[in-house]
Amino acid sequence: MMMPPFLPEFGLLLLLTGASCSLVMALLLFYAAHHRHALLLALARPLALLQWLAMSGSFACLLLLFAGNDFSVRYVAHNANTAMPLPYRLGAAWGGHEGSLQLWTLLLSLWTLVVAVCSRRLPAVTRAQILATMGLINAGFTLLLAASANPFARLEVIPVDGRELNPLLQDPGLIFHPPLLYMGYAGFAVVFAIAITGLLSGRIDAAWARWARPWTICAWMFLTAGIALGSLWAYYELGWGGWWFWDPVENASIMPWLLGTALLHSLAATEKRGVFKRWTVLLAILTFSFALIGAFLVRSGVLSSVHAFTSDPRRGLLILLLTALIIAASLLLYALRADRLHGDSQFAPLSREALLLANNILLCVATASVLLGTLYPLLLDALDLGKLSVGPPYFNQVLLPIFLPLLLCTGLGPQLRWKQQKLAALLPALGRILLCCGGLTLLWSGLFSPPSVLTVLGVFSALWIASSIVHALQQRLRGGKRLSMATAGMHLAHLGLAVTTAGIALSAAYSLETDTQLGIGQSVRLGDYQFSLLSVEQGLGPNYLTSTARIQVWQQGKPLRVLMPEKRRYQSQPDMPISEAAIAAGPFSHLYATLADPIDNGSWGVRLYYKPMVSWIWAGAALMALGGLLAAVDRRYRRAGTAS
Amino acid sequence: MKPKHGKSWLLVLPLLGFLGLLWVFLHGLQRDPHALPSSWIGRPAPLFVLPRLDAPAQTFSPAMLRGRVWLLNVWASWCESCHTEHPTLMQLAQHDGLAIVGLNQQDVPDAARAWLAKAGNPYLWSVMDRDARVSIDYGVYGVPETFVIDQAGIVRYRHLGSISPQDARDILLPLIRKLQA
Repeated sequence: MMMPPFLPEFGLLLLLTGASCSLVMALLLFYAAHHRHALLLALARPLALLQWLAMSGSFACLLLLFAGNDFSVRYVAHNANTAMPLPYRLGAAWGGHEGSLQLWTLLLSLWTLVVAVCSRRLPAVTRAQILATMGLINAGFTLLLAASANPFARLEVIPVDGRELNPLLQDPGLIFHPPLLYMGYAGFAVVFAIAITGLLSGRIDAAWARWARPWTICAWMFLTAGIALGSLWAYYELGWGGWWFWDPVENASIMPWLLGTALLHSLAATEKRGVFKRWTVLLAILTFSFALIGAFLVRSGVLSSVHAFTSDPRRGLLILLLTALIIAASLLLYALRADRLHGDSQFAPLSREALLLANNILLCVATASVLLGTLYPLLLDALDLGKLSVGPPYFNQVLLPIFLPLLLCTGLGPQLRWKQQKLAALLPALGRILLCCGGLTLLWSGLFSPPSVLTVLGVFSALWIASSIVHALQQRLRGGKRLSMATAGMHLAHLGLAVTTAGIALSAAYSLETDTQLGIGQSVRLGDYQFSLLSVEQGLGPNYLTSTARIQVWQQGKPLRVLMPEKRRYQSQPDMPISEAAIAAGPFSHLYATLADPIDNGSWGVRLYYKPMVSWIWAGAALMALGGLLAAVDRRYRRAGTAS
Repeated sequence: MKPKHGKSWLLVLPLLGFLGLLWVFLHGLQRDPHALPSSWIGRPAPLFVLPRLDAPAQTFSPAMLRGRVWLLNVWASWCESCHTEHPTLMQLAQHDGLAIVGLNQQDVPDAARAWLAKAGNPYLWSVMDRDARVSIDYGVYGVPETFVIDQAGIVRYRHLGSISPQDARDILLPLIRKLQA
């Protein structure tokens, strides 16, 4: 493909234009909002459009450079080569540090545009303050990108071909996972800006909360989908059969998710009952802060993880300083202004507000535990208290006692009334729900002989949530009330949580695995299944050589499936083969095979897993995201903003 | 529960908490890592099979060093602190009966080989842990990191960060002599 000669320079120019537009937008709109300058306020939307156009143009240049294999650009030469298929070359645009930072700025500018378009009904001053806050954040990151990690920098000596993106990343997961995750992270910038605006104007009321809710839900939905997709990707690509590893990168993404979930619930209380105002605003600030930490802490090199991305400590320091500036400034504003916020109403210890409070406390304790586990080594070192390393056992032990009551709250909360719930009125309903889920749990325990109390607790919690949803829907129907999209979305998301819980509990309890060697024609038994190695054939992919095994799976003597796990040797790194797992995925179980190394006598190392119910983990996450979508499109929110 | 009024000094707490966290981060950026006890100490070193850096067709497994005291040193050519500890490793390699195995983590093989050719090779073998899976199994916290493993394949000590000549003289060598005795 012929490339325009100055495409990289043009891309950088557009990037700088985008940064300038954002900066001008921020300064102009803060000024206009302060002086109520009608003419300048009217510039909000054109400026938002302009900065988005410049940022997308710049990103399009980057994509074009990858599509056209322009190896005169350092970032392209380091992350792609001509043998890589086009979709992965385009995905490689965000496979490295510079590009992922640019994707982040692009998505921030996209959210800014969406806010500008969807805020027609907001007062012009409020809209200007929100857009100005977002513009300031956007300008900061774009300038940082151009100054310290310019993706368009040229190489002095142009290589004939580029290096290659890490083969582990050459997967459809790369194309969808980072954009979804970053959409979530960047979406919380909107909520953050809304919170800042609320603090500036001192008006945090039902209308404010109603306007903040759909944005929170949307960001949360993207984050949910992004994390779930990342976990699914790790599950099939890493070949360990695991789906969550408590790696610092994963922890960094789960923390804003937990806080965002807390925020969703406290916003509900703030909108309906005018309570928790200070807390909700603080949560909105914290959620975005953790999203920033999630996106950048790991990249800054502060946390030396095996996923170390940057080796340049100066770059890490710059990102850390910008992030710190944003967070510190917003918390300072909070300290100065939040005392003006007062709750409108009171509530009884047994009420929906109280349950939402419990939900918030549990989610925040969970976040704090994850943060502590991730930073513990760093913290002890800083305090000179000795050394310790923290692994998955810490997280599992600490989070389990937090999540179990959280699951119980999830079932209980929607049964309660706002303000005050009479215990006498609640007890019969609770009795019915308990009878239903207790009975089902007993029946299940009798049929499947669960290996541990934890499994029973997991199944009980999932059934508890499911039964309570059924009960709530029944009540609704009997009362003849319409089911709003928001309520349907809530129940669907809660059902998703139940499904994920069941998936986690059951796959942990009943999984089987074996690590064995098989000669051609030999077989091995795993549970009800028999696996025989039929053949191992050599093949050729677009940029790799592959050995593909054919493994016949038998169930009780009947042929079931042929699994074809691969061992790929990429041209760029022939001495590091990549294992591609083969998974026979059904709704109730996965059969999972990975091919290890050939052994001298002609046999192959093979790792086989039987993973029951594991797909429920991601199906549940999909239901949660879908529930978010339903709630976000509720009519109430489309009318929102007319008030205030 | 009553809605809260007043107590505005509480509102400064988030800011103070964050500044504390920031102090930890800034400290972390310039921290000097040293020994970090590992959950593997006193337990058999996790087994693995990885291709050798010098001859990718050959593999190495910890089982091959049964009966010897050896060091597993996690390194990479891109890692500055590894360059700092390199002369010390060269000296340690002189110690009788001690084998040093390099776990070359997330590195480009050519760059790694070029570095060893230039700076000298203290390793009996280096093996390539390109995707860091073995490092994850060992709970490696950062590069460089060194494990002392005894004749029975039990992890005896873990050293985080680069080994200074003092570390080698005061900690590692006495321990190695004791294990060899």
